[in-house]
Amino acid sequence: MAGDTINIIDKSDLQDPERRGVMGIGIATGAVAAVGAGAACIPFIDSMNPTADVLAKATTEIDISDIAVGEVRTVIWQGKPVFVMHRTPEQIAGVQDNDGGKDPQADSERTQKPEWLIVVGVCTHLGCIPNTADYGWFCPCHGSVYDYSGRILEGPAPFNLEVPDYEFLTDTTVRIGKQV
Amino acid sequence: MKGVMAWIDERFPLSAIIRHELTDYPVPRNLNYWWNFGSLAGLMLVIQILTGLFLAMHYKADIGMAFDSIEHMMRDVNYGWLLRYIHSTGASAFFAVIFLHMGRTLYYGCYRKPRELMMWTGQILLLLVMGAAFMGYLLPWGQMSYWGATVITELFGALPVVGESIVILLRGDFVVGDATLTRFFVLHYLIPFLIAGLVVIHLVALHTVKSSNPEGVPQPEKDAIPFHPYYTLKDFLGVCIFLIIFLGLVFYSPSSFIMADNNVPADAMKTPPSIVPEWYFLPFYAILRAIPDTLSGVVAMGVATVIFAALPFLDRSRIPGGGRFRPVYRWSFAAFVLVVIALAWLGAQAAEEPYVTLSRILSVLYFAFFLTLPWVSRWEEKWLLQRGTLPKEVLDYMESEEKKANNGGQS
Ligand code: FES
Repeated sequence: MAGDTINIIDKSDLQDPERRGVMGIGIATGAVAAVGAGAACIPFIDSMNPTADVLAKATTEIDISDIAVGEVRTVIWQGKPVFVMHRTPEQIAGVQDNDGGKDPQADSERTQKPEWLIVVGVCTHLGCIPNTADYGWFCPCHGSVYDYSGRILEGPAPFNLEVPDYEFLTDTTVRIGKQV
Repeated sequence: MKGVMAWIDERFPLSAIIRHELTDYPVPRNLNYWWNFGSLAGLMLVIQILTGLFLAMHYKADIGMAFDSIEHMMRDVNYGWLLRYIHSTGASAFFAVIFLHMGRTLYYGCYRKPRELMMWTGQILLLLVMGAAFMGYLLPWGQMSYWGATVITELFGALPVVGESIVILLRGDFVVGDATLTRFFVLHYLIPFLIAGLVVIHLVALHTVKSSNPEGVPQPEKDAIPFHPYYTLKDFLGVCIFLIIFLGLVFYSPSSFIMADNNVPADAMKTPPSIVPEWYFLPFYAILRAIPDTLSGVVAMGVATVIFAALPFLDRSRIPGGGRFRPVYRWSFAAFVLVVIALAWLGAQAAEEPYVTLSRILSVLYFAFFLTLPWVSRWEEKWLLQRGTLPKEVLDYMESEEKKANNGGQS
């Protein structure tokens, strides 16, 4: 008999659909908590992104007046090497008569002035810096071959060398990167 | 002494733990020396944490100072050269021990039921050790450090759409830079403690399912011997022999584990003429390079490192154990080891013919070992049963397992 008096919870309404409302509140609370926990991750993850001073390296101005014909100059933009090449007429002719290799593109779409080739000097495979070779560039890491237009001819790299945003401010100065 | 023990036992089950894990812990009596590499891996973890801790007291995680701080350790810090050589050689020794431990696991079929969780915690441990090694390699800020980190972080760029932003997020910069170095140092310091925690789980699981044995047929508990003193002594002998070899390398040939190019400070404008990862990454690197498409290459390399976790599902033979009673498995394992060694060699070669074609063929063979196993193991079982040369203990075991399965089905 004592057991009956202690049992103050009335189990008869356990099947009552009204009680499901509590579950709804539980689910809602859980959902809000999940969203909150997700939102709390944002500051931590975003703190790993480039800082303001790193982003400030966004543009670079260079003087191209002393780059001799046939010379490749490597300049730094956003911490990456950019190849600025003063191409010879033969080199220009050699890349204008074809569309490159597996990522076909006309040379005229990759240059603003045919004698100046400006490309990011980062292999589109896994980011090594290709070396100059007598056909263009050769990536030492996994053997990608690029022509004098920076177009991929052979090897594992999937794309042509990237052409950055750039602008001729005068005949002898170029600004690489987008002005923001 | 007794009083102290009793005082502790009232508050913490110390003597119960010692009994359960050491003096009463039953181990098969026929373990051979291939079972020593687990304890050796534990030893290497301790050595790496210890030397790393003291090296970190002199290291500077700043791209302007990192390279010089290593030279400072080598020249000015008392015994700094020793700590650093133990740590840098230790990375190689750690992997050597882990690979032998994995080889034991594969050859003797130790991944099979009921040791699936051993296999999976072990798989995660492998990935964590690889991560720690990769990040630690950036810290000296030499040419190989820099370009190795560049190439590996760039791998994530192969992911569609989000790839580029993930690379920038990982590096905290458009290129591997100061932000990258600092976070790699933090993670390199953190991961060993995660590893230590997971090792505890690995061991708790081991002490639940108990060690397998070279025969592969579970032995009755009454035939087991206690871990202490039998295997504490056997492990201790293994440690002595291992330390002779390891310290021999540390003292007589430490620089054979440091690539010459890494004694040149990192230069973001110049890739060294050839980038070769450390030897323990070479087989996976060869698979990455074998595939012409970057994304598929990355996926293949990732799968090659985690495919061990699938072994409990892939091996469908009902014959217990691994190579001991299964000649086909034994020989395909031997072939697999040769393939891995050949891939490691190819990973160090230049990216030209005939190496490219060779690594393609060998990559296919690498995966073939795993992917054909479900059929090969079944076919082998049928063949061996027909041939009728399996020993009685194996057949008895198979019969009892079958009975167990049938009873389970009825109830
Ligand atoms: S990074 Fe250039 S070919 Fe791989």
